[in-house]
Amino acid sequence: MKIKNNDKAPKVSLDYFYQWWFKVILCVTFIFLYAPILVLIIFSFNDSRRNITWRGFTFKYYEKAALNDGLIDAFINSLTIGIFNTLGSLILGILTALLLWRFRFPFKAVYEGIILLPVVMPEICIGVALLVFFNQIGWANNLPWPLSLSKITFAHILFSFPFVAIIIRARLATFNLEQEEAAFDLGASPGQVFTNVFLPHIRPALIVSGLIAFTLSLDDFVITFFTSGPDTITVPIKIYSMVRFSVTPEVNAASTILLLITLCAAGIALWVHRAKISRIGKL
Amino acid sequence: MMKQVGSHRLIFWLTFIPPTLWLLIFLLIPLSIIGSFSFSEKRGLIDIELSWILNNYIRAADLIYLSTLIKSIGVAGITTVICFLFGFPLALGIASAPPRWKSILLIAIILPFCVNLLIRTYALIAVFRTRGFFNFGLEWFADLINVPFEPLSLLYNDTAVILGLVYVHLPFMILPLYAGFEGFNKTLLEAALDLGASKLELLTSIIIPIITPSIISGCILVFIPALGSYLTPELLGGPNSQMIANVIERQFMNANDWPFGSALSMVLVYLTFGILALRYLCFNNLYLDKNKRRL
Repeated sequence: MKIKNNDKAPKVSLDYFYQWWFKVILCVTFIFLYAPILVLIIFSFNDSRRNITWRGFTFKYYEKAALNDGLIDAFINSLTIGIFNTLGSLILGILTALLLWRFRFPFKAVYEGIILLPVVMPEICIGVALLVFFNQIGWANNLPWPLSLSKITFAHILFSFPFVAIIIRARLATFNLEQEEAAFDLGASPGQVFTNVFLPHIRPALIVSGLIAFTLSLDDFVITFFTSGPDTITVPIKIYSMVRFSVTPEVNAASTILLLITLCAAGIALWVHRAKISRIGKL
Repeated sequence: MMKQVGSHRLIFWLTFIPPTLWLLIFLLIPLSIIGSFSFSEKRGLIDIELSWILNNYIRAADLIYLSTLIKSIGVAGITTVICFLFGFPLALGIASAPPRWKSILLIAIILPFCVNLLIRTYALIAVFRTRGFFNFGLEWFADLINVPFEPLSLLYNDTAVILGLVYVHLPFMILPLYAGFEGFNKTLLEAALDLGASKLELLTSIIIPIITPSIISGCILVFIPALGSYLTPELLGGPNSQMIANVIERQFMNANDWPFGSALSMVLVYLTFGILALRYLCFNNLYLDKNKRRL
């Protein structure tokens, strides 16, 4: 319906795009959104301890950040959590998307609402609730390294998998059920249908949602703050304690590295998304 | 045939159980624990006994806490209004842009959203502190027109908190509004123009009524996270611009009064549920209205 209307009347644009007020608001917004981040990146190269005026270009603070053991541990922790979070939320997200796409069951609308709760609920409530929960069940605090990250990882999966489910569910809407029937008619087992028909169809959505889950996990502060312990510091937590301590170019350098990792992930996601769109366009 | 039905049932439970268990264990049970804590009292250092008392909620209605809550609602409300005032024209303009520009502008709006909240807030500090770039810019301008200049203290007050919240939440307003503008039938606008409507009438009597659901979604997506925001008031706010989340954090991390902290968090949970229920009712009414009109 929508596409048809657009085809019929492609020239009915009200030209809001070309009006001066739109350009003014657009410029103000983009300066507001981007200038602080650009300043932050530029001043990570500033050769001045107090970080107020420009004193010349240096990589000194990147070297300093690279030699900061606490910061490196935090990066290793964050990346480990990010990878496990991506795997966990992909599995749960695929299952949820399949469930919502394939089956009707009583109170389905309520169930869909509950799945979105971790996304809508203020982070502070989830953080506090998980703090109390892990404390009440007496979760061991002195587990060996990768296991010690499990509390944070479980919490991250909780708020990441609904995003994965939404994206994959949207992709499934374009899945042709006849493909599946044909595969069954040709004697495929349910497992074969899943891996040979189903997974290839949702692959772009899998990549995009996996990267989104990864960046969500890498960026989370509040929920991590309430589920982390002294031995399980992640990058945002580390940067937070550095910011509270002092504002130095080292913080800018650490922030810029984290920013680059996130932007790479986001860039790949956008690129995959574009490739998908252009392929649909060719068909 | 029977085998097919059986395997379907198997697939149902296979897809139903893991996500449901996850939500149950890591969301619903923790929330019910703090729910029960909010009716409990502290007996010792770590002893908490569920005695079904309302003391914690009564204490939450104390003037200090109530004023913090009202202030948080006010700050979140102003943030929502500012986001709407900027987001509405932006979304409208982007939706009427040529296709190529459209995707570039959308990506440019979403991209800062991928940058860590903490880093963006920290970046704001560098720009708006007393010896920051905003003040340097003003100073330069004041020198240019020969006016004496005092650096403005822009940080560590309520304005800074609102600024920071707008900075972080603007994309949440733009995206639903954009989706709303994209979705509606543009021939309606053409018809209205043909019938002699002015651009203002177009806005007030066609565009806004049709995209009201998107406006409500955008406002909720900004208001709820802004209401519960912790980091922005902590870093950009002064001693008097604490919001409810900062008070909650202090109850858990410093004051060690978990029942009271739980009661405060539950107030936030109730507010969230209330807003979502309200939206549900609104949408149902809009839907009914439409059906009635069609009849």
